[in-house]
Amino acid sequence: MTAGLLLSRAMPLVILALAWEAAARSGMVSEYALPSLSSIAASFVKLAGSDLYYHTARSIWRGLLAFVVAVPLGIASGILIAWFLPVRILLKPVLQCLYPMPKSALIPLTIIWLGIGDASKISLIFLGTLVPIVMSAFNGARGVDQTLLWTARSLGATEREVLWEVVVPAALPEIMNGIRTALALCFILMVSAELIIANDGIGYLINLLGEAGDYAGMFAGVITISAIGFAADRACVALTRWLLAWRE
Amino acid sequence: MTQALDANGAPFAGTLGSRLRGDAERWRYALEAIGPFVTIGVILIAWEVLARQQIVMPFLLPAMSVVVARVFEDLVSGSLLYDTAVTLYRAFAAFAIAAVVGITLGLLIARLAAVRWFFDPLLSIGLPMPKLALLPIFMLWFGLFDMSKILMVAFSASFQIIIATWAATQSVEKELVWSARSLGASDRQTLWEVVLPAALPQVLTGLQIALPICLIVALVTEMIMGGGGLGDTMLQSARYVDSPGVFAGIVEIGFVGFFCIKGMELLRRRLLAWHQEVQKEGAR
Repeated sequence: MTAGLLLSRAMPLVILALAWEAAARSGMVSEYALPSLSSIAASFVKLAGSDLYYHTARSIWRGLLAFVVAVPLGIASGILIAWFLPVRILLKPVLQCLYPMPKSALIPLTIIWLGIGDASKISLIFLGTLVPIVMSAFNGARGVDQTLLWTARSLGATEREVLWEVVVPAALPEIMNGIRTALALCFILMVSAELIIANDGIGYLINLLGEAGDYAGMFAGVITISAIGFAADRACVALTRWLLAWRE
Repeated sequence: MTQALDANGAPFAGTLGSRLRGDAERWRYALEAIGPFVTIGVILIAWEVLARQQIVMPFLLPAMSVVVARVFEDLVSGSLLYDTAVTLYRAFAAFAIAAVVGITLGLLIARLAAVRWFFDPLLSIGLPMPKLALLPIFMLWFGLFDMSKILMVAFSASFQIIIATWAATQSVEKELVWSARSLGASDRQTLWEVVLPAALPQVLTGLQIALPICLIVALVTEMIMGGGGLGDTMLQSARYVDSPGVFAGIVEIGFVGFFCIKGMELLRRRLLAWHQEVQKEGAR
């Protein structure tokens, strides 16, 4: 991307930032409703070394742990559901019951099961992200072109080879799509569970600062977690591109 | 239509070859048709037995019969109806706002270069952002009542709709637009009679993604801010360690989510009755 193009892309953001700063500085809007960007930056610097770092790290640890378990388990069960009849009969109805459920309904359940600490947050994110990943792996494996399967079989591939060399690669785009959805859901569930009830984590910090009236700090927290969510999504997109480079 | 007859909902069948295999295939279909009900039945019975025999603490897992009785109780007392109405009002009001704003903005972005220049970077940042983190700011700006809840939900859902509409409008075949123009259609006619119908399938997909987001976020706003609704009632139950209440809430919300998704699918089939996607299905 050339410098000129980058500048043109960033321009709207710069304009918005300047308008924000001007509105806050001029007193057009109350500093409580909209702290100036410079005061938010100052709060960020002040918080970054201590509270903000600690709470953000706690949140990311929870999200990461749940996600790292949910992704392989979700992909494996999705493909097994599509591939093996007994597994399908056993698990597909469960999947169909869970799929339409708005995932945030699980928050109170994990609270009564596991309390308000790490275990409840991690299991919430795990359960919430598992369903879209299983669903995408199932749809991906089910949607594999029949011709590919026939070709592989007629060339003498065993069932195991067909599964690993044909079904999994062919389902990969759909699976990566599901992982991206799950990643967004991971952040939503993480922040909401921490906003509702927690002892630490970025959602807890945002809530705490807001209740204490430190709105510049609260904005700094919101911007931090938004930036991390954005970065995670970009990383997921980059990984997808790398994994699917062979398709071009 | 042999292929369509075979498909019959069975994912890996549906080919001419499998039809010739005869009896074994037919057994497979039967198993696949009946199996899920058996599984669900076994799970429900296991649930009841585990809870009744106190193998799992009733506090962690109240018996199914207790939960069903609780749902029934909520239904008779009218609280279920009230909570559902409140939650759906918030979710659907927000969905409507997000749909109108999202489709309009999506169209404008696709058609006007200046609008596209301004919104493109904002969208690429806004779409993957966890928008729910902004809730405390919405509470600060719009108070603790319906206004902030509805706006938060609408904001969370609108990005998907904008992106879907933008992509859909851009991928409308140029030939369609040229034909309409050369036949003397005005700009407005081209928009309403050609571009929008051609973009509709993808726009609807965007809306189908946005509706579950609306429900998820509406429930969270209720859990955080209170003010009635299914989310509020469920969190209250969790606070008072009333586990039948929590499980009843999950069942109730599950049904609400199911009907919303089915409703959108029905709407899609209605609106796209003229489209090949639905007509192919109808031929089955």
